[in-house]
Order: sequence, then C-alpha cells, then structure tokens
Amino acid sequence: MTAASISASPISAAPTLEVRNLQTHFFTRAGVVKAVDGVSFTVPRGKVLGLVGESGSGKTVTGFSIIGLVDPPGRIVGGEILYQGKNLASLSEEEMRHLRGNRIAMIFQDPMMTLNPVLRIDTQMIETVRAHTKVSHEEARQRARDTLGMVGIPSPDERLKSYPHQFSGGMRQRVAIAIALLHRPELIVADEPTTALDVTIQGQILAEVQKLAATTGTSLIWITHDLSVVAGLADEIAVMYAGRVVEHGLVEQVLDRPLHPYTAGLIGSVPSRNKRGEPLRQIPGMTPSLLSLPAGCAFRSRCPRAGEECGIEPPIREILPGRDARCHRPILEAAEVASA
Amino acid sequence: MSVYLLRRLIQALGVVLVMSLIVFIGVFAIGDPVEILISPDADQIERERAIVALGLDKPLWLQYLSFLGNALRGDLGRSFVFNEPALQLILNRMPATLELAFGAMFLALLVGLPLGLYAGLKPNSPVSKGIMAGSILGFSLPTFWVGLMLIMVFAVQLGWLPSTGRGETREILGMRWSFLTRDGLAHMAMPALNLALFKISLVIRLTRAGVRETMLMDYVKFARAKGLSPARVTFVHVFKNILIPVVTVVGLELGSTIAFSVVTESVFAWPGMGKLIIDSINVLDRPVIVAYLMIIVLMFITINLVVDLTYSVLDPRVRLEGK
Repeated sequence: MTAASISASPISAAPTLEVRNLQTHFFTRAGVVKAVDGVSFTVPRGKVLGLVGESGSGKTVTGFSIIGLVDPPGRIVGGEILYQGKNLASLSEEEMRHLRGNRIAMIFQDPMMTLNPVLRIDTQMIETVRAHTKVSHEEARQRARDTLGMVGIPSPDERLKSYPHQFSGGMRQRVAIAIALLHRPELIVADEPTTALDVTIQGQILAEVQKLAATTGTSLIWITHDLSVVAGLADEIAVMYAGRVVEHGLVEQVLDRPLHPYTAGLIGSVPSRNKRGEPLRQIPGMTPSLLSLPAGCAFRSRCPRAGEECGIEPPIREILPGRDARCHRPILEAAEVASA
Repeated sequence: MSVYLLRRLIQALGVVLVMSLIVFIGVFAIGDPVEILISPDADQIERERAIVALGLDKPLWLQYLSFLGNALRGDLGRSFVFNEPALQLILNRMPATLELAFGAMFLALLVGLPLGLYAGLKPNSPVSKGIMAGSILGFSLPTFWVGLMLIMVFAVQLGWLPSTGRGETREILGMRWSFLTRDGLAHMAMPALNLALFKISLVIRLTRAGVRETMLMDYVKFARAKGLSPARVTFVHVFKNILIPVVTVVGLELGSTIAFSVVTESVFAWPGMGKLIIDSINVLDRPVIVAYLMIIVLMFITINLVVDLTYSVLDPRVRLEGK
C-alpha cells in the first residue's frame, strides 16, 4: 500500500463499528478499577482489527463491553459504541440481546469451557438459530449442519448428535466459531480464540477464519497477546496498555516501525526475534495496578525513553500520517522529529 | 451397560452379606432378649423351653448360618413379640414410611429448588438473604420441637390439620396409602413438612451454591453471548448442570429419610417403620431388627444405583462401564 491510500483507508467507507472514548470501570471494594479508560477505535467493514496487549491491559473487557456482557461490579460509565448509528452502550438489555449472537457474535478463549458439557451440539446450535429467527426445528438443524460443514467439521450430521466432550479442543473451537457464524454476523469479537490450541490447529483455525471473514464480509476484532497471530491475520492493530490504546495503525506499519516504546518492547519480547545465545529481551517490571495508576503516562516506570514530560498524561495524537500513538517521546527517525 | 449392572449386582450381594454379619453380631451384643421377653416369675424349665423355642440355645455362628439359610428362602425370622414373620411385619408398615419420605422429598424439591435458584441468581437481594437465614433455621431447629410446634399451631390453635395417624387410606397393590385420599393428605401434611424442613434447607443451599458456581462458567457467558433469553440460560444451561449434585444428595437423603424418620413418626404417631424399629429395639426383638436393617441396606443399594443411572442421563460425560 502506498502512503496516500493508507491515510485514507481506515475512514473511507462507513465502519462496521466505532468505539469512542469507551470507559468501563469496575466498582470493587478496594476501589474503582478503570479496566478500560478512554478507548477509541474503528473497525472497517470486512477488515480485521487486532487488539493487542498484556494480561490486564483491558482488551478482554473492551470485547465484553462491545457485546454488552460486562458483569457487575463492572459497568460502562462513559463513551459510545456506535453500530449502525446506534449507541450499543445505551441500548436496553433486551435490545442488546437481539443483536448478540445475531449481528455481533463472540468467540471465547478456552474452547474446553465455552460449550455446555451437558447439552448436545445440536441443542446448542439450534437454540442459537431459533433465538433470533422464527424457523422450524428442522430448518434450524439444517442451518446448524451447513455451518458446521463450513468450518471444516467432517460428517456434520453425525457430529451434531455428539456432546462437547467427544470433540478435541480444536474441533470445539470450530463448533464455537460455527455458532458465531450461524447468523452471518457483521462483527465477530474473538477473544484469544487460538491461545489454548496447538500451533498446528491454531494455524488451521486462523486460515479458516480469514477465509470465512473474506467470503462473508464479516468484520473481526481479534483480541490477542500474540503478535505473530496479528501479523498474519489483522489489517489494523490497536495496542492497549493499562486500559488505553497506546498505538493504532495498519498492521505492517506498526509491526515494522513501532512508534510507542511499549509496542517496541512487545515486539522485542517475541522470542524468535532474539538472537540465539543472547538472553531474551523483555520489558522490565509489570503492568501497574489499575487501582492506583500513577499520574502521567502509565508506561513511564517501565519505559527506557521516559523523561520529565512523561509525568503528564500524553494524549493520543497522529504522530505520522495515519499513525496514532499516545506518547511524548515516540521512536522517530531524525528526519521525522522535526515534522512531528 | 449390562456388564455394569451385573458388576453392581455382585457388589450389592457382597455388601448385603457383610452387612448381615455385622448386624447379627451387633444385635447379639446389645443384650439378651430372654431377660425382657420371659416373665421374671417363670421357673427354670419354662425358661429353658422358651430359649429353645426361640432358637437362642445354639451358638451364635449356628444361629447366623440358619438365619442365612432361611433368608435365602425369603424368611427373615419370626418376631419374638408379635409371633409374625418379621418381613411381613415390616412390609405392612413400609407404605406409611415410604409415602411420608417421598412426600417430604417432593416438598423439599418443590420449595428448595426455586428458592435456591432465586438466592443464587440474586445473591445480594434482601429476599435472598432472608431465604438463606431461613435455611439456617431449617438446619438447626430440632425436628421433634418443630413437630410439636406444628401440632400446637395447626392442630391445637387453628384446628386446621389433624395431629396424629394416617387418616383414611385407599388400597393399591395390596398396600394401604394415605396420599390417595383427601383426609389422608391432610394427615400427611404436617409430618411430611416436618420431615422436609431439613431437606428444604439442604436443597436451597446446594442449589444456590451450584447456581453461583455455574453462573461464572464460560459456557453460561457464551450462552448469553449467543443472545439466548435469560429464561433459557437459567432453566436449560444452568439448571441442568446443578441437578447433578442435587440428585446425589437427594438420593442419599431419601435413603436416610426412609430409614431414620423415627422422630417424626413418633411425634405424629405415624404408624411407619420407624416406630416399629424403635419398639423392637426396646424389647430386643432381634428378628425384626435384623430384617429391618437388611431391608434398609437393600434400599440404600437400590437408591445408589438409581442415582448413578440418573447421573448418566444428566451428565453425558459419565460412562457406566464395568472395568
């Protein structure tokens, strides 16, 4: 892609989903945990957004906020989640339920846990079909069977009668994906769906999802901590740290030349990028407690580039054309420093 | 499946055999029925004759062997007191106890499951807290006292319900049942409620714990993410999972209710097995005690088998296989 098309592409067509300044807080006894604190991004139609970050960075809570499944003591306290001009955060539970699993679906992390162990696959699929469309049991069953076949499950007719424990982890995740696809949703929120799987299975599932998303025109939010997955799958990437997006841009640009020191640290931590015999690189320290975030940049205490100005919270700004980051001292080349 | 049942049957036989031995020795150790049964005025010859007639002159092992031999032919001995076959005596009383126990269990599930479900789904509401506090009362109030209070209030003060006996009965399968008539049901209401109180509390607590645990599972969240109605999530996805522990405990409780409903039966003068066994222990009527315990063992074995079979229906991961 050329520089001109990059800056234009994320905003060209109306996006499937637009998240604006989302704030999801948890009101615990110990205090208010600002799990998501001012997250904004857009998911273009038919594209894959990789939402990346460490454990506790708020990426999963962001996913649950979109689908409206934040449980107490958590609550969306601010911001907008715009879908077809409607703000999902202000919909009633009943209105939200009709979108869930229908227009917006979700895939969970652990396929061993997402299917109900005491219900047959057909029950779990047919109920999903019939929750959103008035069709006969038999029609629902056919749709379930076709979708199972679509995600690459052999002899779907027989497999419909099985229980989850009769499937392997990879197969279960395929079933979960099939359930998500039943109503051809416009958006799927996938929360680390390949983390619990073998590498080979992971590869298969990724290829499958990529193909399905391309053929059905479904947009994806792919939540993961695995940069190699994002590199292969996503079109855009949003890096989260301590409840905020710290960097956002097209995937190849961000991974090739990160602007935020945290993104650079994440990329540096991928073991295969380190040289044999040298100690593995890592980001020192750990994610700060969301209960007591220090003033200023949340990454300051772990940042090799931190300076005095980092005591003030940096705003997210366009540092290079089409490249947003939340940093006072982004990693720039000499020529760019002047312009930025 | 059939291999599994066969294995269970053989195991059951072993349990019955060992149990009979323990019971026999245990009853022998309690005391000598001769002292109670034979009038103190009787002379030595009369005593001897009575002892021989009851078969108490033989050594214990011989008594045990003849008991086993008779038991194989379905004869568990004759009651010393009533001079009737012990088995017959117990079976005559069994319907009364069975209907009381099943009535109590039914009440426990009817009341306990919905309350437990509510308390589990809304753990912080005042109503739930009230339910949980009530369940503590149900656990800790002694049965006999609650029974007396029930009689005081509903029989004496209000005069709504009769306080003793089984009332009118109707015969089915050669046995007399109270629950088939209005009058019988009125008589059953208080003893059944009394017996159910502890079990209601148990079912409430089990259900609540199960619901709270299950609600946190990913598959419940996934079910919600599929856009299912809250009713379907609760009554299909959650409910079917919590039934497994509930069935286990209810099964075990049913056995002990049938076997040990003595207190309630005494308070309400309910002519069941519990009263019979207490009376028999008082007069050391050995054949009745032994026969009673043997029947109870068989019942526990049957209930456990039924519980295991129910598991395999409720939880597809449970495989009933003989290894």
